[in-house]
Parts: sequence; structure tokens; C-alpha cells
Amino acid sequence: MLTRRIIPCLDCNAGRVVKGVKFQGLRDAGDPEELSASYEEQGADELVLLDVSATPEGRGTQVETVRKVRARLSIPLTVGGGVRSAANAQALLEAGADKVGINTAAVEKPEIIREINHSFGAQCTVVALDVARRLDKTGFEVVTHSGKNRTGKDAIEWAQRVVDFGAGEILLTSWDRDGTRSGYDLELLHEVSSRISIPVIASGGAAHPRHLIEAFMAGADAVLAASIFHDGEYTVEAVKSFLAKQGIAVRI
Amino acid sequence: MSLQQPTNTPPRVAIVRTGLANLASVLAGLRRAGADPYVTESAADVEREDHVMLPGVGAFGPAMEMLDKHAITAPLKARIEAGRSTLCICLGQQLLARTSDESPGATGLSIVDRHVQRLPASVRVPHFGWNLVEPPPGARLITKGHAYFANSFCIAEPPEGWHAATTQHGIRFVAAMERGNVLTCQFHPELSGKWGLALLKRWLGTDQCEDDCEC
Repeated sequence: MLTRRIIPCLDCNAGRVVKGVKFQGLRDAGDPEELSASYEEQGADELVLLDVSATPEGRGTQVETVRKVRARLSIPLTVGGGVRSAANAQALLEAGADKVGINTAAVEKPEIIREINHSFGAQCTVVALDVARRLDKTGFEVVTHSGKNRTGKDAIEWAQRVVDFGAGEILLTSWDRDGTRSGYDLELLHEVSSRISIPVIASGGAAHPRHLIEAFMAGADAVLAASIFHDGEYTVEAVKSFLAKQGIAVRI
Repeated sequence: MSLQQPTNTPPRVAIVRTGLANLASVLAGLRRAGADPYVTESAADVEREDHVMLPGVGAFGPAMEMLDKHAITAPLKARIEAGRSTLCICLGQQLLARTSDESPGATGLSIVDRHVQRLPASVRVPHFGWNLVEPPPGARLITKGHAYFANSFCIAEPPEGWHAATTQHGIRFVAAMERGNVLTCQFHPELSGKWGLALLKRWLGTDQCEDDCEC
């Protein structure tokens, strides 16, 4: 039986792991290589490395960070943040990423999804969807540029479209919940995961192991979490053992 | 200059290039397992090396075209049939079959009399994540454990003459097979943590060395 995946996320800025609420007020949270190795040791099923650098100079360090992390890491690595072309994707894959996450570029030019799928396969093609509830509360819309840009695109329809374009997996982030520690947006998760056939990774809002259980019950195949692990409140191991006791199939 | 001779050099592994590659994880995994891997398109390397690896890159039809173009198909098939040390990962395992849903009309290595089929629509595809590998009695390399899979296609029925381990996602299918020194995996041993690393070491024969060994 396929187990549910626990995926720590490392937000990286100029080669360092950082964290902040809603991508603002970043503070240092450690060395990516050290943290990656420690998460694998704790039983993480995969890792996501997200480049949140605001400058091109910061971005330039991403490939080198991926190379260093890869040399030590024996679990899958997804890298995202600033992937704008198949050439960007190739550079990250050659450095040691197993999958690339495409975010803003996929919204602006969805053909890039097909291009990356055709060049490297669906198993490398992750579409990162940032979603917020509409201001008038009538559903969900896709947002870009750290939530600043509301596109008006219906998030549920968009999720179905990116599958047609060749996404192998969707990383679904609730912009409303990100960094709030109030749990995943379960309605959003259910709406998306019940309508598409590819795996969905839930992201945004996790602060307690019970939030992870709620996400799995709502249809997530995997859960992404950052602050819950970085703060040392819980180890991946402790979270997994909690989940196993609640009857969720995890790799121990 | 030191007069001391190395008592044990890392085993070389020829990785066959089958497409636009993401071979970084495979290279890193083999290095961690104690090997000295390199990427090649040469039939002579495939014939000569003690260890050859066929990675899981690309699609069934284009990968076979690549092997045919570089005249690798025949020497690769010969070494697998002779039981010489060969590791086939993901698509690499599927290439041992005759045909595949992924590329209708294309012919595989045809070492096992099987068709590669798409995973059923009743479950999420691609099959991404860690699933339990259940080995058959008598397997020498494959042990029971969780492995990382990333596949949309599979060989459902274990072929005769191989020790075949299975897993379950919608249907039961072949997770890994071994015969002689040939090991094939539908999953990615290079991404399967300590369990995967131990499997790579058993295939390479580098598992005998303890941490305090001086080799």
C-alpha cells in the first residue's frame, strides 16, 4: 500500500534556509545541506527546496545549493522558485533535483508545463498552485507574486487544466493559511483533489500533527510543512509515529 | 609518492544514456554506495564493464531508439541474458519487456515475454511515493522494505525464471526482479533512503566492507 508522504520544505534565500509569515519578514533558519540531511535521518519522505530569493544574485546560488544537498541526500528532492523555462528546469535537474516546481511561469505561459513534461517526463513536472479565497467569498482564485497578484482565475478549473497540460503532481498552497498555523484549507484541498487524478501535496498552515491528519482525510496524498519542523517543536519521526497511531499509513 | 597500493578500487559502473538525462541522483547514489560511475553511449563499454546500469530516463519508444542508434541493444541484451552484473531502474526494468502501452508499435529488449501496461485509472497516477516491496522466497539481493516509486506504467505479471518482488497500487505489479547478477527495479533505489543504499551495495558487492575497513 502506498504510504502518505511527509515533506519538509526549506525556503532558501541566497544559499540559507529562511522563514517568515506570508513570505514577509524573513529570518535565518539554518544551512540547507545540514537541515536536509537531518530531515532524511528523521524519516522525511521527500524534501522541497524553494528559492524565495528576491534578487537574481540570490537566485544564482540555487544550483550550487541543490548540488550540495544532492550529494548527501538519498530521498527525492523537488526544487522550485523562479523556474521560468525548460532551460531553468534542466539546470536544476542536472544539479540533482528529481522534480521541478513551476509556479508563476505556469500561470503566465502554461505551455511551459507541456514543454517540461515532454523534455523530462511527468514524474519531473510539479505545478505549484498558490491559491486564495476570493475577496467576495465566492470560491478560490489563483494568486502569483507572493500572493500580491490576484489573477481572477478559478483555482479548481486551473488545477484541472494543468493536469491536461502534463503536470505530474500539484503542490497546492493556501495563501490565506500560509504561515498562520491555523491548519490547511481543507475545503480547497477537497475541491481540488476530488477533481483530478494526479497526486496533490497540501501546503500552508500546518502547526500540529492533527492538521496533517485533517489534510489526508480531505484528500491530500502528501503534506508539506516548514515551521512545524524548523522550530524543533516536532521531529518528522514524532509526527509519523502520531499519524501511525491514528491509523494513517506512513513509512516508519 | 606513496608506495602503498590501493587494496580495493571503487567498482566502475557504466551508466547507459537513454535520453535527455536527469542522472545526477543516480550518479550521487552510486557514489554513496562506493562505486565510480560514468555515463556512456558506447556499445564497447556496455560489453566490457563489470557493472552496467540502465537508468529510468525517457519513454519506452525513444529509449529503445537511443539504444538501437548506438548499437547497444544487442550487447545489453546479451549481458542480461548471461546474468552479468546489470542494474535496470524504473523505465530500465520496463525495457526488458516486449511492448508497452506507453509507445505502441515499439519493440523492447524482449528478454521477458511481457507487455508493459498503464496503471489503472482507479488510483492516482503517477504512482508517487513510498510503497512496500515484498520479495519472493530465495531472493538474494532484494529484501522487504519501503521503496520510492515514480511510475505510470508497470509489468503486472512476474515473468518465469526470475525472482520477482511485487507491490500494490490499484493492481499488484512487479516491483523488482533478480536473476544471476542482474537486478531490475521499478522503484528508484538511489532515492530510497538507507534501504535503497543497502540494495545498491549488495548489487555492487560493496556491502562486505565495514565502516572500519581499510579498503
